[in-house]
Amino acid sequence: MIQTLEPIIREHPFFHGLDEQYISLIAECATNVRFEEDAVLFRQSDPADHFYLVREGLVAVELMIPHRGYTTIFTAGNGEVLGWSWLFPPYRWHFDARALHLTRALAFDGKCLRTKCEEDHDLGYEMFRRFTQMMTTRLESTSLQLMDLYGANA
Amino acid sequence: MVTTPLQVKDTVGIEAPHLERLFQALTEQGYEVIGPTIRDGAVIVGRLTSVQDLPIGWTDEQDAGKYRLKRREDQAYFGYSLGPQSWKRILEPPIQELWSAERGAKGFSLIPERSPSPSYALIGVRPCELRAMEIQDKIFLGGDLIDSDYKSRRDAFVVVVNCSQAGGTCFCASMGTGPAATSGFDLALTEIFNADKHYFVVDVGSVRGAELLSKLAHWPATAVEKEAAHQVVAETARHMGRTLNTAGLKNLLYRSYDHPRWDNVAARCLSCTNCTMVCPTCFCTTVKDATDLEGRKAERWKEWDSCFTTEFSYIHGGSVRATVKSRYRQWLMHKLATWNDQFDALGCVGCGRCITWCPVGIDLTEEVRAIRGTDSTARGETP
Amino acid sequence: MAPTLEHQVTETLSPQLMLPDLYRIQRLKMETGDTFTLEMIPDNGVSLSFLPGQFNMLYVFGVGEVPISISSDPSASPVIQHTTRVVGTVTKAMGTLKAGDAIGIRGPFGTHWPVERAKDRDVLIVAGGIGLAPLRPALFWLMSHREQYRKIVLLYGTRSPDDILYRHELEHWRGKFDLEIQVTVDRAASTWRGNVGVVSTMIPRAPFDSSNTTAFVCGPEVMMLFTVMELRKRGVTSAHTYLSMERNMKCGIGWCGHCQFGPTFVCKNGPVFCLEQIEPILGKAEI
Repeated sequence: MIQTLEPIIREHPFFHGLDEQYISLIAECATNVRFEEDAVLFRQSDPADHFYLVREGLVAVELMIPHRGYTTIFTAGNGEVLGWSWLFPPYRWHFDARALHLTRALAFDGKCLRTKCEEDHDLGYEMFRRFTQMMTTRLESTSLQLMDLYGANA
Repeated sequence: MVTTPLQVKDTVGIEAPHLERLFQALTEQGYEVIGPTIRDGAVIVGRLTSVQDLPIGWTDEQDAGKYRLKRREDQAYFGYSLGPQSWKRILEPPIQELWSAERGAKGFSLIPERSPSPSYALIGVRPCELRAMEIQDKIFLGGDLIDSDYKSRRDAFVVVVNCSQAGGTCFCASMGTGPAATSGFDLALTEIFNADKHYFVVDVGSVRGAELLSKLAHWPATAVEKEAAHQVVAETARHMGRTLNTAGLKNLLYRSYDHPRWDNVAARCLSCTNCTMVCPTCFCTTVKDATDLEGRKAERWKEWDSCFTTEFSYIHGGSVRATVKSRYRQWLMHKLATWNDQFDALGCVGCGRCITWCPVGIDLTEEVRAIRGTDSTARGETP
Repeated sequence: MAPTLEHQVTETLSPQLMLPDLYRIQRLKMETGDTFTLEMIPDNGVSLSFLPGQFNMLYVFGVGEVPISISSDPSASPVIQHTTRVVGTVTKAMGTLKAGDAIGIRGPFGTHWPVERAKDRDVLIVAGGIGLAPLRPALFWLMSHREQYRKIVLLYGTRSPDDILYRHELEHWRGKFDLEIQVTVDRAASTWRGNVGVVSTMIPRAPFDSSNTTAFVCGPEVMMLFTVMELRKRGVTSAHTYLSMERNMKCGIGWCGHCQFGPTFVCKNGPVFCLEQIEPILGKAEI
């Protein structure tokens, strides 16, 4: 018997306040996944069919810069959500992602979710609201990283 | 001549020319007499050898960005208001050596600079200036730490002169700091000059003031003479050049950090630091370390500084207050708002020097009026 | 020597206050490319009694004087340490000092991290860059009085893995004490197997009880602002949040006027401030 992922989704802060009916809908698109240390989650320009909810572990989002090698842009750890390229065409990843440690996550099927959001715009609103918030937080954090606050002229 | 010894709170009269005897008595007791004198077209603070060094028969015309000396029609001794210099020149010299050091085999050794300062007698301290000194006492004598150098200079013999003429930029009446002083002095003089008599009504403020005054020919002031002195001061109070409404001032300014008036004044302010140099309460200093070419001797000096410079707020990488706007705001907010939280008093005594000596004539009473005028919060708050 | 946490009121006369005491450098340790720690002892043998968070004015003969937080264990006195990066002529000169050289010290000055007010509470320490240095004495204190506190969490953010300060010490504490340490960097090559992102992003997930936490925050002002935002979101109150501020200082004793921050003097009302006190002006430009 397949164990339902609803309790995990219900308890997670990202989905806090989501209607019960939507929790079961979303659960239909979710699977449990596991990445060994150094396993690649996705590579730049791969089809972006999923987003991930990290349950345990650490994932590095990286960019390969010629002559410099792989540079980590940010990491997503316990409880953090990773991936928004599934929301908009052409649905392709812009960066690479690799598990730094053994990582357990929930993977949500992007196509499955997109279809459900088209069918029920209220669900669509709930998902986009949460993702917009996550993106603004990510943008703020990246801006601060860019400012090089600890640099020599800080 | 009266023979009963004088007491604190006595009021006597002395003939104007007898002020010379006061100077002599002070000198005999070892005081260095400092007071107003004319130099380079202004009344400045300098050594006085006799009453003749005073600006006798002179007055001044002051307004925003304007100062001119003018001859009076009479020979009053103190018929002018304030010059650019205040007594902080004496109490905290603009440049002071703190210590010197010599490099040796085992590092360096420090030699504190300990030239004793003379005992000063300050003649002609105006009530607003006396209040400024009391305000600075809170900084250097009022906390956990005592500035002993300031303390010994502050022990100066103080001869206040109550103002018989209001300056063009004065507003001591608004600030409650004048035109007369009631305490904190050794002697307080009010000059009475009319057709037939020229004399001083003298209030005794201390034991040593009483002792010194006993050496001069004097008489107990009559009721008429005391009244004449009150009238002189009352008349001065009625002719203030400026006014400043201090009601709720601190909180008004705390509400106004982002007021557009700061941009307005920033467009005019040259950040020249004149106002801080002439202000009798401004106390900021800097420390300068120097060494000789061989690197064997080093010195540390303390010098007056001003919050209007960009270096003043410099921390690695840049200045916290890079714009003129922020620096003017810092000065005014400090003087009229944050000073209150720091030292339980306003930092301004209404002497008007900053208005007179600003090359572009910025008037802080006008700036406050502009900020208050467009303040939308309920008025009438207690400060 | 056990320092007392009580505020001492002393009547001290100048010019003593502006006269440095002679100290001798024991060693200079490079921590990162441009950051170093100077270790020194008093020439006259008299221990400096200081509280975590306080600073000294350090004088280099003939060059000048700068305020630097004390970064060593208060109980290790008479040996004291200061960690600084090279940012100007004085710190540059300090960076060339060798064992046996003399240095002048005036202090200690300023307010301290109120470890006494965090008793029986969780303690959250958020450090950014060299901001870890003024917090290090507090960490020593907390470790040596571990039973007085509940959870202790250190969130430390810095520029890159090469800029991590006191690395061995952090690893030692992590291993030896009940202390949660999370390190993050702004940028890293793929060889770094830790967090990448600004330190404030670690606050939402950090394991402390918001309703019973005292927070000590030190780092660049912008980093502290964003940290305060995240702390508020988690429900840590301003009354229980402390920041260390920095301003230009010339005297260290509240007389030169340079270090004013609104109505406060950073040298005597700070550098450690309760957020409640400075909230109205924190983040306002050019104050």
